[in-house]
Amino acid sequence: MPPSPDELIQIDTAPPAQSWLQPTASFRPGTYSHAAHPKTLVALDLPNPREWRPAYPDWKLPPDWRQTILDGMKERLDKFRSFRLFMDTCVRCGACADKCHFYLGSGDPKNMPVLRAELVRSVYRRYFTASGKLLGPVAGARDLTEDVLKEWFYYFYQCTECRRCSVFCPFGIDTAEITMIVRELLNLVGININWVQEPAANCYRTGNHLGIQPHGFKDSIDFAVDEVEEITGIRVEAPINRRGAEILFVMPSADYFGEPHYFTLLGYLMLFHAAGLDFTLSTYASEGGNFGLFSSHETMKRLNAKIYAEARRLGVKWILGGECGHMWRVIHQYMDTMNGPADFLEVPVSPVTGTRFEHARSTKMVHICEFTADLIHQGKLELDPARNAHWNVTFHDSCNPARAMGMFEEPRSILRAVCPEFHEMPAGTIREQTFCCGSGAGLGTDENFEMRMRGGLPRASAVRYVKEKFGVNLLACMCAIDKATLPPLLEYWVSGVEVAGVHELLGNALVMPGEQPRTRDLRGQEYNHA
Amino acid sequence: MSTFFGVIVPYAAFLTFLIGIAVRVLRWSGSPVPFRIPVTCGQQKSLSWIEPARIENPFTGGAAACRVALEVLTFRSLWRNQQAGRTGARLFYDPSRLLCLSALAFHWSLLVVVLRHLRLVLSPVPKFIPALSTLDGFFQIGVPAVYLTDIVILAALSYLLGRRLFNARLHYLSLPADYVSLLLLLSVVSTGILLRYFFRTDIAAIKQYALSLAALSPHLPASAGALFYTHITLVSVLLAWFPFSKLVHMAGIFLSPTRNLANNSRAVRHINPWNPPVRVHTYEEWEDEFRDKIRAAGLPLEKP
Repeated sequence: MPPSPDELIQIDTAPPAQSWLQPTASFRPGTYSHAAHPKTLVALDLPNPREWRPAYPDWKLPPDWRQTILDGMKERLDKFRSFRLFMDTCVRCGACADKCHFYLGSGDPKNMPVLRAELVRSVYRRYFTASGKLLGPVAGARDLTEDVLKEWFYYFYQCTECRRCSVFCPFGIDTAEITMIVRELLNLVGININWVQEPAANCYRTGNHLGIQPHGFKDSIDFAVDEVEEITGIRVEAPINRRGAEILFVMPSADYFGEPHYFTLLGYLMLFHAAGLDFTLSTYASEGGNFGLFSSHETMKRLNAKIYAEARRLGVKWILGGECGHMWRVIHQYMDTMNGPADFLEVPVSPVTGTRFEHARSTKMVHICEFTADLIHQGKLELDPARNAHWNVTFHDSCNPARAMGMFEEPRSILRAVCPEFHEMPAGTIREQTFCCGSGAGLGTDENFEMRMRGGLPRASAVRYVKEKFGVNLLACMCAIDKATLPPLLEYWVSGVEVAGVHELLGNALVMPGEQPRTRDLRGQEYNHA
Repeated sequence: MSTFFGVIVPYAAFLTFLIGIAVRVLRWSGSPVPFRIPVTCGQQKSLSWIEPARIENPFTGGAAACRVALEVLTFRSLWRNQQAGRTGARLFYDPSRLLCLSALAFHWSLLVVVLRHLRLVLSPVPKFIPALSTLDGFFQIGVPAVYLTDIVILAALSYLLGRRLFNARLHYLSLPADYVSLLLLLSVVSTGILLRYFFRTDIAAIKQYALSLAALSPHLPASAGALFYTHITLVSVLLAWFPFSKLVHMAGIFLSPTRNLANNSRAVRHINPWNPPVRVHTYEEWEDEFRDKIRAAGLPLEKP
């Protein structure tokens, strides 16, 4: 049984007597995720596949594990300026300490971003600096032992790579960068979690994280088309693997298999119909999300490669991407560098408004909120916000669109146009200072429930504030992981606030030419016309 | 003995400082920046009617340079600092500027102090230096006039040391090296203050000595006492400590890829010099594996 909110909120912030140099990971149920199944590592050609459990003392490490990790560190110090610089420049000013949602929710000092990084800096000092080699613990250096490795696993899978600490760091030290590299190092000795590796293996094989095969994909899309018809009376087109379409649309797989994601998919399809878009979906590139980001740069590149490959095969002009957080970190900051240049595509131009998306002229991929915001601004969509009158809406900025893109106004302009009631959460909890859902970067597992509730506390607290102050009953967001993990979080801490995608709300308000009077919203809830 | 402390130590320290910093910077810049990873702290540049945050989310290299300049000169990110508080399950965040203010006070005072000292090693003295000293001694308290920065730097350093000692969280994460840096700076400042206000030294003789050091033909001052050599030695230790400690953040701040890169990765392709080929699951392999299912679902095939 997970602890109750009343139990969980007894957070002890007093630092322990023992120095942090002493490794202290205790694998208490509820605070870590299961190890990756060996078959997922085999599927991705990753080293050292084996059965092991974090809670068991013997992790069955390969005999030369220490040298493997140290060689891996050396290699990454030479390949990533970020890593080398972030090992050297921290002054331990402590500004980041209480910026981490896991620290705020757990009080565990090793969840302060500065100490999380020191867990690996101490090893860096010991093996890569003169003072650390000479002075040891006095210089903040320590040997790489099995306990240190276990501590890395524990705490670097208690970081959601949300980058909030980096906003406050005077040197821009980015814990996400350190976490990504430490997870790569752990991969080298076969230490991974299943909720990252299994979706990645699925995606590699079938094209999406959920492992949905082509016929399953088609069924799911057909079902959505039926659903749209039932609500609007209009049968929309949803072509799959169609050569010669103008636009390839790529979404996170949860959109066609999860709830409440599914209602967002209905919104997309209605929008594409109303805008008369010449588009296609793809079963080969049926995943926008990329769990490689949570595993290694190499896996990220291997999974991401499908999007450009499919765009080339289908002969589209440009790519449109759905609502997803970490997907957009990969698209925006990695895709073109890793798998470009996309010189076989054209600079995206909205076929409806003629707007040239110059900011995406190289990558050739546009976020659906950018696309829709432009349509609404140019007056190309007929909207009836009253059809969202049952919702009192707030907006949760997802970490990656916020801190790896800066996409703040596009979704807000859509929400203001389609929702009669919209209220912001307090400053300091939104935009670039937004709080993570607590379950990103592959941590959204059932077995990790307690730590997720702890990490999500700051977000939930801000939602509770707008619920009590303005009567907010719906949190809108544009991230598939948010849509999956915020409902249980809010139920745990707040209750009475539901979660929806931006395009679900757009779909409610969108007046499609020739549609039947709407009696139900996209969730199938009857409108109360009394 | 005085040759050792007055000549050998300062030269050795200064060389260590220069070479040490150069080696650090070269080593950092020797590692490439494979990905464009700025942390964005404002609205992106996208649609023409949405006002972008030109500096907090820079789209050009120039704007990114402005962002770094703001970090260096005003500690922009630290200025955002806030303290989280909690009653029950309610969290709140109050602006917390004392750390930023004391850090600004310390760094700016240090800069003024260093500039003031230039009058000892430069001849002729550039005009701005006496002007700066006059401004610094504006309040004309005591003889010689008390420099504002002397008081500010002492207060700021004491605060920074105090929070490390008495804030439990900060005390827990501090390393011995953090105290060494602060104590070194404090001792340099204290001996300097003693020399100026309490145990006056012959400033003309000191200037002769400093000029001779700068001209690489050192002559020791006749009248300088133990306190003066202590000051010189502490400064030397600080300089030598610099490249091997966290004080290298002075140089590192300019290289941080989360701050010094433009957020234009969708408009301009960023090149990774080691971008390796990877094994991918090609469309052909994928179609081969799922051909029957694709056909059964009525979806188009490349090889039917």
